[in-house]
Amino acid sequence: MVKNVIPVSYSEALDLLNERPFKIIAGGTDLMVQRRSWAQTPPKFSEDVLYIFNLEELKYIKEVDGYIVIGSTTPVEDVLKNKLTPNLLKAAISIMASPALRNMATIAGNIGNASPAGDTLPILYTLDAIIVLESIEGIRELPIKDVITGPGKHIIKQNEIIKELKLPISVFTNSAFEKVGGRKADAISKVSFTGAVNIKDNKVLDFRIAFGAVSATILRRKDLEEKYVGLTKDELIGKVDEIVADYDPFVRPIDDQRSNKEYRKTVALNLLRNFIETL
Amino acid sequence: MAKIKFKLNNKEIEIDENPNLRLLDVLRDKFEFTGVKEGCGEGECGACAVLINNDIVNSCIVPLGNVNGKEIMTIEGYSETKKYDVIKDAYAEEGAVQCGFCTPGMIIASESLLNKNPHPTEEEIRVGLSGNLCRCTGYNMIVKAVKSAAKKGDGLW
Repeated sequence: MVKNVIPVSYSEALDLLNERPFKIIAGGTDLMVQRRSWAQTPPKFSEDVLYIFNLEELKYIKEVDGYIVIGSTTPVEDVLKNKLTPNLLKAAISIMASPALRNMATIAGNIGNASPAGDTLPILYTLDAIIVLESIEGIRELPIKDVITGPGKHIIKQNEIIKELKLPISVFTNSAFEKVGGRKADAISKVSFTGAVNIKDNKVLDFRIAFGAVSATILRRKDLEEKYVGLTKDELIGKVDEIVADYDPFVRPIDDQRSNKEYRKTVALNLLRNFIETL
Repeated sequence: MAKIKFKLNNKEIEIDENPNLRLLDVLRDKFEFTGVKEGCGEGECGACAVLINNDIVNSCIVPLGNVNGKEIMTIEGYSETKKYDVIKDAYAEEGAVQCGFCTPGMIIASESLLNKNPHPTEEEIRVGLSGNLCRCTGYNMIVKAVKSAAKKGDGLW
């Protein structure tokens, strides 16, 4: 017998998750579309649904010990409006979906949905976000790259919930987020790109690159980034061909209804080249 | 089934329903607020837009389970306000309505925008309406209407 539940508290949600499997819905902006049925009929869920969107206990943005901490049911519109939110994350949210969707969608939903095209994911990878998972057994804190394992796949256990995400406060002198989609609003990315560098006294202290929708999960390679730390800005710009060549073998997009792999790869590498050349 | 309480067009509602139901279907079929339209059914066209706690949402992708404790306003409830009169007149004067299917959603989007930003720039209006599709007007008249409503309704928002 299907029993969908709207828990009244976070602890009730954790207890329920420990009792039996649920599909967790926060804003529902992805799930309601993925599970949609005919008009005038509810979406089809084969599992019981747990509605957590209105758990006020998980709606917060705060600064704690060098991290910006975002509660998992905070709608992205509230994240966008908060002065603590890192600029790069604001850049991604401001061109994400539409106002109506931003009032419901959550960043935790982007993680749970684990789409390679999730709008906030390249930013979370770039910022080295830590995902805080909680169950009745306790808390696990994992880097986002260890949480998402493939398209729609993650390691979150059946009795766990995404409680919050922690973004280490970082300094960048230049950063950019670019999204290529079929329409400005309400489009799923064909390709997305994030670049962030910190250049101080003409020395590259930090160099981070991430791509969305070009591989099974967000593409970020710390081994490649480290090669370019310590250069001067001009040296970095002078190495643009080498940087593009370094990323080339890892940019492996697919053909689908939104775009094709040739277009995606060309655009992704052009966005990388443009970011470096215009530093 | 679950007990769900909310306010709908200023009226307290308590129902025992499947929380998976789309808010759109509940509004149209159970409460007969048919000003809420179904267009794409996947959150991309805005025809089903309503206000939840004064903010625009697409009711086709809002599960009923998410509105517990919220205040919902459809175009029917909104049409009893002074602000609606200003927006309606501006839409009429600027020729912002043709077939009319997108209009309830456009007006909800206009209200949600003006509520947060009473004097939007043209760019801000276009962003505010970016989730609402209109296949007749080409949008320019709607943008003008919102600009005119902001001016004529100065002080209301």
